[in-house]
Amino acid sequence: MNTSSNAYTVSYVAVMVIIVAALLAVTAGSLGEKISKNKEIDNKIQVLASLNVESDFDNAEELYAKYVKREIAFEGEKEFNVLKKVIFECEKDGKTYFVLPQEGAGLWGPIWGYLSLEADKNTVYGAYFSHKGETPGLGAEISTPAFQSQFVGKHIFKNGELVSIAVVKPGKIDESKDYVDGIGGGTITSQGVDKMMLESLNCYKDFLTTK
Amino acid sequence: MSKNSNVITNPLSKNNPVIVQVLGICSALAVTAKLEPAIVMALSVTVVTAFSNLVISLLRNTIPSRVRIIVQLVVVAALVSVVDLVLQAYMYPVSKQLSVFVGLIITNCILMGRLEAFALGNKPLPSFLDGIGNGLGYGLILIIIGAVRELLGSGTLLGFRVIPEVAYEYGYMNNGLMILPPMALIVVACIIWVHRSRNKDLQEK
Repeated sequence: MNTSSNAYTVSYVAVMVIIVAALLAVTAGSLGEKISKNKEIDNKIQVLASLNVESDFDNAEELYAKYVKREIAFEGEKEFNVLKKVIFECEKDGKTYFVLPQEGAGLWGPIWGYLSLEADKNTVYGAYFSHKGETPGLGAEISTPAFQSQFVGKHIFKNGELVSIAVVKPGKIDESKDYVDGIGGGTITSQGVDKMMLESLNCYKDFLTTK
Repeated sequence: MSKNSNVITNPLSKNNPVIVQVLGICSALAVTAKLEPAIVMALSVTVVTAFSNLVISLLRNTIPSRVRIIVQLVVVAALVSVVDLVLQAYMYPVSKQLSVFVGLIITNCILMGRLEAFALGNKPLPSFLDGIGNGLGYGLILIIIGAVRELLGSGTLLGFRVIPEVAYEYGYMNNGLMILPPMALIVVACIIWVHRSRNKDLQEK
């Protein structure tokens, strides 16, 4: 057969593309349910992480059902693309906590996280951050416990105003609100976390200011 | 049989895709700030090179030569997409860690290089082995660079602290420069330097 004729080339490519498209469609279709289920479990792991509950793929659903009592749907000005805009009402060791999803932008792509507050809706109980593609070793350090644990015990209100928590250059101080150290070399991502928290918390302002 | 084993061992040293042919430098730079992604990337590339070599070798007599690059790209892209989906479905934590790097395999020049230079002209079995050999040769360098950069840049290996706390108390500091991409190139250059000085036949006259 003449493999360099035009007709052969065109039909070869056409058939190949159809076969590959079909193959990918079948794979994506058959795995789609499993993948979205995985993503759901992953979100639950993240919510639990902000409550300082360690979980893995096997026990996340069970622990989630144990601690998270209610999801309160919420409206706010800021658009969320990655996470659901809901408030998770949780109970751990007889105490109530509220988990607030956060979403913003880092240097290369979206960053998001969950902040858990104690029943006073002011004191931070735990924080969890993650990102799509920040630089490993620099911006990506926001997803490490070393960064996240700094938030514990900080307050999002100062003198009755919702001011969020500042992420500052290590060594700097911010008089106007509680602050944590940012990531050296990850300035844009640190500023992203700062902005994300301020904007996201403002979404929940009505909820946070009603006692 | 010894010819087949040569196909695997050659790319590990004398014909290494990264330090001799200088291919795949881009991803060697992107994923080596830490050791763990470097290892997973090495494995993924090995799987994809091996199977794309196999598929192209099976099709080699039917592929119209004018569109062969397109055919190669489609095969590689399809394989990578399938690998990505399978990882997401069955090894979600791993796929989350790799994130964009899986997609980056498509743009790895080693793949196109091997398909073009080897798979188009050889039988399926040697092609498959050639893919494995080149994937391992690439992975070996990646792991060396990843280990050096993580050790000197973060003081850890695979996330475990290697440099003792005592050293920090006496004023030792992690070299933050190691985490930045340019240091990957400098480490590659050092490896090439050592490799060439040990292999006289690689040196240009």
